[in-house]
Amino acid sequence: MAVSSSSFLSTASLTNSKSNISFASSVSPSLRSVVFRSTTPATSHRRSMTVRSKIREIFMPALSSTMTEGKIVSWIKTEGEKLAKGESVVVVESDKADMDVETFYDGYLAAIVVGEGETAPVGAAIGLLAETEAEIEEAKSKAASKSSSSVAEAVVPSPPPVTSSPAPAIAQPAPVTAVSDGPRKTVATPYAKKLAKQHKVDIESVAGTGPFGRITASDVETAAGIAPSKSSIAPPPPPPPPVTAKATTTNLPPLLPDSSIVPFTAMQSAVSKNMIESLSVPTFRVGYPVNTDALDALYEKVKPKGVTMTALLAKAAGMALAQHPVVNASCKDGKSFSYNSSINIAVAVAINGGLITPVLQDADKLDLYLLSQKWKELVGKARSKQLQPHEYNSGTFTLSNLGMFGVDRFDAILPPGQGAIMAVGASKPTVVADKDGFFSVKNTMLVNVTADHRIVYGADLAAFLQTFAKIIENPDSLTL
Amino acid sequence: MQSALSLSFSQASLPLANRTLCSSNAAPSTPRNLRFCGLRREAFCFSPSKQLTSCRFHIQSRRIEVSAAASSSAGNGAPSKSFDYDLIIIGAGVGGHGAALHAVEKGLKTAIIEGDVVGGTCVNRGCVPSKALLAVSGRMRELQNEHHMKAFGLQVSAAGYDRQGVADHASNLATKIRNNLTNSMKALGVDILTGFGAVLGPQKVKYGDNIITGKDIIIATGSVPFVPKGIEVDGKTVITSDHALKLESVPDWIAIVGSGYIGLEFSDVYTALGSEVTFIEALDQLMPGFDPEISKLAQRVLINTRKIDYHTGVFASKITPAKDGKPVLIELIDAKTKEPKDTLEVDAALIATGRAPFTNGLGLENINVTTQRGFIPVDERMRVIDGNGKLVPHLYCIGDANGKLMLAHAASAQGISVVEQVTGRDHVLNHLSIPAACFTHPEISMVGLTEPQAREKAEKEGFKVSIAKTSFKANTKALAENEGEGLAKMIYRPDNGEILGVHIFGLHAADLIHEASNAIALGTRIQDIKLAVHAHPTLSEVVDELFKAAKVDSPASVTAQSVKVTV
Repeated sequence: MAVSSSSFLSTASLTNSKSNISFASSVSPSLRSVVFRSTTPATSHRRSMTVRSKIREIFMPALSSTMTEGKIVSWIKTEGEKLAKGESVVVVESDKADMDVETFYDGYLAAIVVGEGETAPVGAAIGLLAETEAEIEEAKSKAASKSSSSVAEAVVPSPPPVTSSPAPAIAQPAPVTAVSDGPRKTVATPYAKKLAKQHKVDIESVAGTGPFGRITASDVETAAGIAPSKSSIAPPPPPPPPVTAKATTTNLPPLLPDSSIVPFTAMQSAVSKNMIESLSVPTFRVGYPVNTDALDALYEKVKPKGVTMTALLAKAAGMALAQHPVVNASCKDGKSFSYNSSINIAVAVAINGGLITPVLQDADKLDLYLLSQKWKELVGKARSKQLQPHEYNSGTFTLSNLGMFGVDRFDAILPPGQGAIMAVGASKPTVVADKDGFFSVKNTMLVNVTADHRIVYGADLAAFLQTFAKIIENPDSLTL
Repeated sequence: MQSALSLSFSQASLPLANRTLCSSNAAPSTPRNLRFCGLRREAFCFSPSKQLTSCRFHIQSRRIEVSAAASSSAGNGAPSKSFDYDLIIIGAGVGGHGAALHAVEKGLKTAIIEGDVVGGTCVNRGCVPSKALLAVSGRMRELQNEHHMKAFGLQVSAAGYDRQGVADHASNLATKIRNNLTNSMKALGVDILTGFGAVLGPQKVKYGDNIITGKDIIIATGSVPFVPKGIEVDGKTVITSDHALKLESVPDWIAIVGSGYIGLEFSDVYTALGSEVTFIEALDQLMPGFDPEISKLAQRVLINTRKIDYHTGVFASKITPAKDGKPVLIELIDAKTKEPKDTLEVDAALIATGRAPFTNGLGLENINVTTQRGFIPVDERMRVIDGNGKLVPHLYCIGDANGKLMLAHAASAQGISVVEQVTGRDHVLNHLSIPAACFTHPEISMVGLTEPQAREKAEKEGFKVSIAKTSFKANTKALAENEGEGLAKMIYRPDNGEILGVHIFGLHAADLIHEASNAIALGTRIQDIKLAVHAHPTLSEVVDELFKAAKVDSPASVTAQSVKVTV
């Protein structure tokens, strides 16, 4: 099983059995026998006359006499990376062992034809090596034509073209964010850097939302336009979103003259991604009028103590949710209810050029004054972009209030990962008739809840709203 | 004294030590200090000739509870007339414990002095609790690996962990092992004396306010984490292995200074529990000291696929704990030019730059012994050497305190070797037969020389070196476990079949190394051991294949055949 038993370098195998092998070109005849032929001889001949560029092919080596095909374990170098003679470029797995394959030439790894985890028959081109940076593009187009010709490798070629097209698009925002970031140096976590390299995202262009403004893996994923993957070890699958993005951009009519394209900021792309994701959830809506006379009276009383309407509504929602846990649940996998252990009310806030949902944790348990204090703190942090991830992504229920703008009713989109969202309109004097037919004018606000019908049914929502209305109409319990 | 949580490789310096220290035949050799990834190491100093004659290290049948009880009825030997004890051991770590048990077996009246807790570093702050954490991290890693689970046809919903539960597992294990250790000594009648021990003079020791005399004295005081200057350890955000093993927090992002055993093992724990890791290594390459081929593969599996990045060739010149709303700040300077290179901002930093000997306050000045950067100089028989280069009679030093090979089991072996000597049987321990292991997932283990060391030695001594390799990918048991990633490598002499070194990276590598280390200790040649039979299918066949893959010119020896018959 010794690696040294492989057919090449047989004389040296005992004394010098490094598991590295090299791919050589026809230029070095002694190594010609090595299955790694890396130049197309025709090109090299032409080159000698015209100083034409050289693009070498990296072939799948035969690592043992029984090997017919090999699997690419990993590319040690990425596309566009500079290679020095003798450096390991790719790890190939044979039926017996994994081996590093070294380059015999300086140059650039121009294109990866067979991606990681793919298999290729012995002798097939698995990558291209360009001699100069200028030839990388040429090599890439060569790679594209190469891959399209082979059906077996049809899966493989998608990464290069797909990833190469969004790359410039992502690179564009660089100056914008760089300016807003000021002179601070970029701090990115190890995994964020790895992902950026993998998805060809310019790390400098990513806005960091992590602690101390650092760039985290999810920031890079957002910038790359892919869904954050929980599993760390599994290599992220070739992202389908870019494919659709590409399709839509190509189908769009050309822009009107003098129009401008402003790329999304990290926050905006996060919103965009979430909105698309929300389309996969079957939602429905139930509205309910709530009499707010008592609440308004209470608000007047507690306002001097620093209590805000948001805190009152969050507290009321929290208390109602405590009685209707299913509305506070979520459906993560389409197969089960995930009952959340705490009631965390996310409240939508518009901030300059974006939308964020700071979370009031344990809204049912904290008292009104603490809640108000907490809310002030969160809003302050949100404005200065200092929110920690757990302060904006731990919500179990969302509250959105447009009442202050005079909106009487609206309809909210359910954020992915939550079971329900409440849209609160303005409280307005409304003529209402009681059960005896007497008319009176009462302050009434319309609330409209959007919920995931996989887990929350109409009756659940109605019951929840009834409880909510009761709390608002008898708000003394809010101050307890 | 600790096994896995020790500094990298004393073996690395072996050939060098042989050349510089022994060939000159300088009287008692002065241990050398090498600076290596921020760690201090001592070179060995045993002569190759002696090594050949005395390397047949007959390991006494290991004391088990039953035999311990039996011999305890015989009592902890009667003291010789003029002394309180036959043997006094200062330090009840794994080294002192090994020596004490062997001493009682040899009929010596033995006392062991401990100023802290029985078990020392290994049991309380080292190998033992770290294995508990690694047992957790191994499972977490497996459960989180959807691909791996799917390959088994298993479905597991999101795996999570309770930090306190994990921490408790580690501390419970340490307590349990500490009690076992204490009880085993009590059962044998070893006097466990509490207090900090110090040498007052020849054959005289003080602990607390008591003074006792002993015919022979062993210093086994071990080591403490080494923290380079400029680094401020606050125990919360800038920590050493002592703190990390308590697992009081799992930071989002932790920098690990030093990529030796300690650093590697903790990177395995932290990444499995969800942290991201940045390695800071003073040398140009991660995992210095390991066989280059093994470290290359290990890097591919243990570093590149995980949420780990690294800075090599740099020193952490200044580390400030997180405070005033600022993260932990790490200033990096170039290891060679000392130019400032970079500043890192992380949530925590673990200082894993090795261990420093714990020899202060031992009263060494009373017997005119000067430590070498804290290490107590000893000869190849662990006899302490004084400031004039003379041996101090009846005084020995074992384990981390002498710095020869900072591993728990090495300390224990040294202790046993000393007891052998004081009971009238000359004995020199072959350090090249002592295996070492790093308990990452998968594990790394090794014994003897690395390939570059072997080639250097071969060139000097004029013999040929061959390499045999086997892959876990060809092993049925490994494949059944879906753990085909791994390599075993043997460096040997094709002329006489001597095993020079074995390095394994793969599933249960730490358990597999002993066939090789025993072969080296007993002087077994490949042509003989390759005829031994291994159960199928087992991981041990990886090592079997290794022996069988070797091409040795000498025929199998007759003795081996006869041994086979008697077995």
